[in-house]
Amino acid sequence: MMISQFFVLSQRGDNIVFRDYRAEVPKGSTETFFRKVKFWKEDGNAEAPPIFNVDGVNYFHVKVVGLYFVATTRVNVSPSLVLELLQRIARVIKDYLGVLNEDSFRKNFVLVYELLDEVIDFGYVQTTSTEVLKSYVFNEPILIAPARLQPIDPAAIFTQGAKRMPGTAVTKSVVANDPSGRRREEIFVDIIEKISVTFSSSGYILTSEIDGTIQMKSYLFGNPEIRLALNEDLNIGRGGASVYDYRSSSGSGVILDDCNFHESVRLDSFDSDRTLSLVPPDGEFPVMNYRMTQEFKPPFHVNTLIEEAGRLKAEVIIKIRAEFPSDVVANTITIQMPLPNYTSRASFELELGATGQKTDFKETSKMLEWSFKKIVGGAEHTLRAKLTFSQEFHGNITKEAGPVSMTFTIPMYNVSKLQVKYLQIAKNSTSQNPYRWVRYVTQANSYVARI
Amino acid sequence: MPPPAASSRYPSPSQPSGKSEVTDLKSQLRQLAGSRAPGVDDSKRDLFKKVISYMTIGIDVSSVFGEMVMCSATSDIVLKKMCYLYVGNYAKGNPDLSLLTINFLQRDCKDEDPMIRGLALRSLCSLRVPNLVEYLLGPLGSGLKDNNSYVRTIAVTGVLKLYHISASTCIDAEFPATLKSLMLHDSDAQVVANCLAALQEIWSLEASHSEEACREKESLLSKPLIYYFLNRIKEFNEWAQCLILELAVKYVPSDSNDIFDIMNLLEDRLQHANGAVVLATVKVFLQLTLSMTDVHQQVYERIKSPLLTLVSSGSPEQSYAILSHLHLLVVRAPFIFASDYKHFYCQYNEPSYVKKLKLEMLTAIANESNTYEIVTELCEYAANVDIEIARESIRAVGKIALQQYDVNAIVDRLLQFLEMEKDYVTAETLVLVKDLLRKHPQWSHDCISVVGGISSKNIQEPKAKAALIWMLGEYAQDMSDAPYILENLIENWEEEHSAEVRLHLLTAAMKCFFKRAPETQKALGIALAAGIADFHQDVHDRALFYYRVLQYDVHVAERVVSPPQQAVSAFADTQSSEIKDRIFDEFNSLSVIYQKPSYIFTDKEHRGPFEFSDELGSTSITPEVSSDIVPAQQFEANDKDLLLSTDEKDDNKGLSSNNGSAYTAPYESSNISSQMQELAISGPAASATTTQSSFDFDDLLGLGLSTAPAPTPSPPLLKLNARAALDPRAFQQKWRQLPISLSQEYSVNPQGIAALTVPQSLIKHMQSHSIHCIASGGQSPNFKFFFFAQKEAEPLDYLTECIINSSSAKAQIKVKADEQSTSQAFATVFETALSKFGMP
Repeated sequence: MMISQFFVLSQRGDNIVFRDYRAEVPKGSTETFFRKVKFWKEDGNAEAPPIFNVDGVNYFHVKVVGLYFVATTRVNVSPSLVLELLQRIARVIKDYLGVLNEDSFRKNFVLVYELLDEVIDFGYVQTTSTEVLKSYVFNEPILIAPARLQPIDPAAIFTQGAKRMPGTAVTKSVVANDPSGRRREEIFVDIIEKISVTFSSSGYILTSEIDGTIQMKSYLFGNPEIRLALNEDLNIGRGGASVYDYRSSSGSGVILDDCNFHESVRLDSFDSDRTLSLVPPDGEFPVMNYRMTQEFKPPFHVNTLIEEAGRLKAEVIIKIRAEFPSDVVANTITIQMPLPNYTSRASFELELGATGQKTDFKETSKMLEWSFKKIVGGAEHTLRAKLTFSQEFHGNITKEAGPVSMTFTIPMYNVSKLQVKYLQIAKNSTSQNPYRWVRYVTQANSYVARI
Repeated sequence: MPPPAASSRYPSPSQPSGKSEVTDLKSQLRQLAGSRAPGVDDSKRDLFKKVISYMTIGIDVSSVFGEMVMCSATSDIVLKKMCYLYVGNYAKGNPDLSLLTINFLQRDCKDEDPMIRGLALRSLCSLRVPNLVEYLLGPLGSGLKDNNSYVRTIAVTGVLKLYHISASTCIDAEFPATLKSLMLHDSDAQVVANCLAALQEIWSLEASHSEEACREKESLLSKPLIYYFLNRIKEFNEWAQCLILELAVKYVPSDSNDIFDIMNLLEDRLQHANGAVVLATVKVFLQLTLSMTDVHQQVYERIKSPLLTLVSSGSPEQSYAILSHLHLLVVRAPFIFASDYKHFYCQYNEPSYVKKLKLEMLTAIANESNTYEIVTELCEYAANVDIEIARESIRAVGKIALQQYDVNAIVDRLLQFLEMEKDYVTAETLVLVKDLLRKHPQWSHDCISVVGGISSKNIQEPKAKAALIWMLGEYAQDMSDAPYILENLIENWEEEHSAEVRLHLLTAAMKCFFKRAPETQKALGIALAAGIADFHQDVHDRALFYYRVLQYDVHVAERVVSPPQQAVSAFADTQSSEIKDRIFDEFNSLSVIYQKPSYIFTDKEHRGPFEFSDELGSTSITPEVSSDIVPAQQFEANDKDLLLSTDEKDDNKGLSSNNGSAYTAPYESSNISSQMQELAISGPAASATTTQSSFDFDDLLGLGLSTAPAPTPSPPLLKLNARAALDPRAFQQKWRQLPISLSQEYSVNPQGIAALTVPQSLIKHMQSHSIHCIASGGQSPNFKFFFFAQKEAEPLDYLTECIINSSSAKAQIKVKADEQSTSQAFATVFETALSKFGMP
């Protein structure tokens, strides 16, 4: 149950924070850890697993914004507990500092130590609730300019997309005041859906899944209760049918395979009217996670063709079509395709008048890359790539290349049709009406088309 | 929080070189110490921060200790906190300062601000200065009674800290009793949770030498206490809930209503977003229902969905932890997950440690209904950019092929891999085809025609090369150019770096020779000559052995080296079912991640505070595989002796001291030594020989007994029948009819207790003494066995019930015998056999 040490290392292995709670692990654990992670396999390709044991010491780590959050222990603890804890510590620190990176850590290390002392005592977790910690923690964060920061969480993508969102909101500390001296009362509810789709070489869907989160970040005063109403036709569980039985899913509303909820959520009226009620604690937290395998329309259709053109040449044609309404715009789209490893050159041909597109052939990894700043719904784009090989290929060229994978973000669009119908804040009338932001976003998790 | 040396590497442009800055700080602090000017606290904060940042980057600032303490005489809590951080760092290594610190902290423990009281108490207990513990007692005592819950939570953990500094001081002050009453009556959930954690740790450590602590430890598992916690579990935060759930796992329910009550209480914990809470709940459900097969299966169905949701909602690291547990469940009950196979398909952007787990799960759940889809998917991965994953995928296809009856389609896929002409794909595939042929020789025709077309020049990996050579030898009659390929390889003997490959070459040349002598004779001659001259001991020995056997009699040689092919019915699991059960018992712990029981990777004291009943296991335990292959080794050793004694008496002495391994070749065509773990040799012939050899051993043992000065009047020598048989029904009947003729208690030596971790090993051990097990059961610490034995040459049976308690290291036996007069003699044999258990 208990951990022995907690530390944070930079990508270069520098110690940023180090706390020993039980003095059971010999000195040098940070170096041991870093060496092990860096040189997990001689060939350097395989990533170190998040948990490993060196000389009787168990090392746990999670990577957050390029930093290693590490815990050590000699005890046979619950692995989920420690990994969950590390993730939570990162979240608490982010709640306080507004932004999480090496710089903000170094500027605020006294505050971070103060937090760590309250989060863990003698290796036992005391609390990871930003709300509870607020009454024990007194240092004020030194905020760093948000312009320099790297996005840490999915919600940060709103800073790029829709302009009407206050971009700094997600990077605001829960305790610090605005530069203007007054705090704005507001609440953010983000519906973030990560989708995984695998298309077969003939273009039909082999597997598809939506992993969604309703994430909340509250800056409301006085912790009022709020009610969050979801679609009335929402169903949970798919009965006796196999979860991959697509036939049963036509037109019967939104069907979630399963979901789970944050501690603070009360489900008293969930069964009758699909309403969640909760008193949101300070800081960012997932209200609800859900998983869905119900059939949905994939936002992009991908079509790939490889044609041999002589003994040392081939042509690749990739066609993508945005299958969403024209008032929706996807951004930061990247398409990748591994080419045969005897490919020596690739030259690209875009459509006439194409703008905001980039193409690249990564020589060392033999990777074709095609990226877009944005794609408007309904649009269709084509790339032709002429490949030159350094040796004659034998056999089937499609076995040597692909699959085509895609990453993208589509703000204000969600494929599951899950919706927040309304967000009600139980509030005494004296104060002004708080701002409420309900935002949707769809992101590619694993979006793959085989060839 | 001692800043580790590495932090000094942090390039800080303003990093002071040392003394002058510290002296500066010192005088500035001194100026501020007495000041009461407005805003002075802010200036102090800046200075304190500087001190702490020096400290963090490894500069010694202990000389400002006095000033820091003086400046902290303030109500500013931020200053206090920084000061505590500072003193905590320097007091321990500096006895002069410790006393000063203690005074200062003791004073703050009486502050009117509860926050300061709590912080001071925490710092005081964290000093870890053994000879100053008496100063902790007062502040701790009043901290436990403090009216503020923050102070009490800190005081409770403080007691635990004190226990680790000086256990006797903590026990003498009767703090555990105080914690117990707090645990039962405090209104604050976190205080209660900390009491539970502290008491578990203290009593578990005390239990080894105090009966009272043992009782107290057990009392935590009483029904009222468990329900006290479970009924109000929602009042606790998620981390404390995990603590309570881990406690509940150890609870033994009184009846099935009890079980359902607990499950109903905890049902909604499965919907928690925290994976640790869900896994702890799952463990409770699984453990509670172990004895109720139907419900247990329902539990699997129930937990499937929440676990899958956790896998896809967290970070890759969290998914990995959950997935490892799903992996365990999938391997235990593949049929329950058979329709969910698509959830275990790999996503292209997953880390390789996740992909590997998924591949193993896909292998485990493949059955008649889903094999086609799974294998199709796996074949896609074989072209993966990540070569390691591509290899694993091919291996997975092979494993599925080995566990299926209808391998028709899979064989085609495997053969298609060979057409991909990627080195590593070909290499992996060859190894698989070899295994497949060993199990399904009927496919030889299809496979051999494809394998025959592979150029041996393109294969570099030793395992793959060895596999190809094995096939060349085994199927020499079906591959027209086998002798010539072998000849080619043999001609390059010097360039072959792998001893494994050279061993295979020798054996394959022999086999080929028996089938196609004229074409192979020359090559075999070269191989034997090269082998005898080989610097590698095993290669040399095998070549010499082949040479001599051939010299002795070619037909004997053929019988030995190239016996008629026998299909391997099943490849042995790498993990015994006992080990798997043990890992399952340690669900929701690192054992699941490492796929090893905890005694292998943790020392005893760190096995966790919940390891209540488990005193088993120590470092001296033999690795799990060895116990499985013991019979095989014995058999080989035996076989070897028989063969060699025919001709080579002189060499025999020298060689037999050479410990078996060099002479594994004679028995199973070629690859015993390399494939020992995979190979299950358990034909009837093998076991017969095993008992034969142990029977001889028994004789020796009997002799040893009679010459040894026995404490009891030397009993008549009793010989037991090694091949005794008795069916369980007859045993039961006899057990009911016969009176107990003898009842005794023996102590079991520590090695025996350690070896009992795998109860199966005792059964094997006793069997080697001609005492056969008819039934066994129980769990640590209580194991129960029923044995029987039969007098040699007379149909007289001895029945024994043997209960071993592993924590008291005692064995109680009850003997019932057909012939009462020899029951004492039998008991002596039994005791002697038992005393040898676990001995190397």
